[in-house]
Amino acid sequence: MRNLLSIDDVSAEEIQTIFATAADMHDVQSREVKKLPALRGRTVVNLFFEDSTRTRSSFEIAGKWLSADVINISAKGSSTSKGESLRDTVQTVCAMGVDGLVMRHSASGAAHQVAGWVDAVVVNAGDGMHEHPTQALLDAYTLQRHLGSLEGRHVVIVGDLTHSRVFRSNVLCLSKLGARVTVVAPPTLMPSGIASWSEAAGFETSYDLDEVLPTADAVMMLRVQRERMAGGYFPSPREYTVGYGLTRDRLALLKPDVPICHPGPMNRGLEIAADAADAAQSVVLEQVSSGLAVRMAVLYHLLAGESEEGGA
Amino acid sequence: MSDTTTPDQASEDVRVVLDARDITRALTRVSHEILERNKGATDLVLLGLQTRGVPLARRLAERIASVEGTPVPVGELDVTMYRDDLRKQPTRAPGKTQLPAGGIDGKVVVLVDDVLFSGRTIRAALDAMADLGRPAAVRLAVLVDRGHRELPIRADHVGKNLPSARSERVSVRLAEVDGKDEVTIS
Repeated sequence: MRNLLSIDDVSAEEIQTIFATAADMHDVQSREVKKLPALRGRTVVNLFFEDSTRTRSSFEIAGKWLSADVINISAKGSSTSKGESLRDTVQTVCAMGVDGLVMRHSASGAAHQVAGWVDAVVVNAGDGMHEHPTQALLDAYTLQRHLGSLEGRHVVIVGDLTHSRVFRSNVLCLSKLGARVTVVAPPTLMPSGIASWSEAAGFETSYDLDEVLPTADAVMMLRVQRERMAGGYFPSPREYTVGYGLTRDRLALLKPDVPICHPGPMNRGLEIAADAADAAQSVVLEQVSSGLAVRMAVLYHLLAGESEEGGA
Repeated sequence: MSDTTTPDQASEDVRVVLDARDITRALTRVSHEILERNKGATDLVLLGLQTRGVPLARRLAERIASVEGTPVPVGELDVTMYRDDLRKQPTRAPGKTQLPAGGIDGKVVVLVDDVLFSGRTIRAALDAMADLGRPAAVRLAVLVDRGHRELPIRADHVGKNLPSARSERVSVRLAEVDGKDEVTIS
């Protein structure tokens, strides 16, 4: 693993190694001195061309707890707003001797392209509607902590699939770990061409949430991404909630103690009701602390070892 | 190497320097030394270094408990992230660090490891401990001291001093990890 651009970059075995490391990193969060020296002298840049609170701060804390020097650059207020090209921006940043580049961009494939331009290790922190590999890793890590193993377990992913990079990475990651995945969305938010992908990758699709919930071992609600919608995907927010929101009534359809995930930020009352978001079985906040541990593990495995060859 | 290697290889250049009974005797003596030095088991914490220091620490704790009649807290310490050669090797997955419930603040911590060689692991362990708390004192117990120190570090309690050439390989095998107790030099 040279970069983490897609879940395709990591094998099931490497994912379990990351999870084992993350479990150790979890303990650091409860220590008085939250610091490990593993990345001392390394510099990590968070280059965010899109808004983010939790992913950026999570990567920032992860890097700092591993003793790396972390700086944040957001597109607003950077030279990008003066018209600099993406290539010039990343090459300028990397000319300062950066070891790791954590990047979020609204264009799908941006991280892949940047990885070809620079020597630094590149971690994709979300590229357009393509992938968000660390989110998938932290979701799977959280679920594995609750379910023991994901092998043969039924995970239901619900929501705005068309615009969701979280869904794409999660399907890849959960399938790799042996889970049975069903994705649910209204027809207008089901990506075109999903039939052939689901057939090739071995996951199921459904338009009927009520039908799949009773057999779920875990439920993952996705955010309705209003900022990516030109409108017209569903008649009204109310109608979306009736068909695809995790409401109080639907909560009752679930087997007891089935973990409920949401990558955040939540649209309470739209895709997830407060009853579900605040339910005892909701793991939303645990996902945040798991995310920190998983990102520490990812940065450790990508940046701690020998720098010359950097591995395959 | 271990009993899985071919017989000719095993008989030619591998010498058993401690067998299971030698290891048992050495650990019994070391446990008494620890107690003598500490004047009892008060405030004592045994911290085993991953991997083989952990079962050794447990064995020492059992012996101390049987002599003193009170259990001794045992913890596990992994120093992977504190190593000074981290950058020179492919990334290794770190092991588990787990302190006993009472922590190590104000305690007399005895670090336990299988082989003392360059001293770099112990240097890393001292750094790791600084992030975990502030013991009243830190001591070092090892099963084998094979010399060739690269840092000003010494052991307080040694099971066996084993003069060796730098090129020789000292292997400690323990029943908990390797299925049998044995120290070999090759």
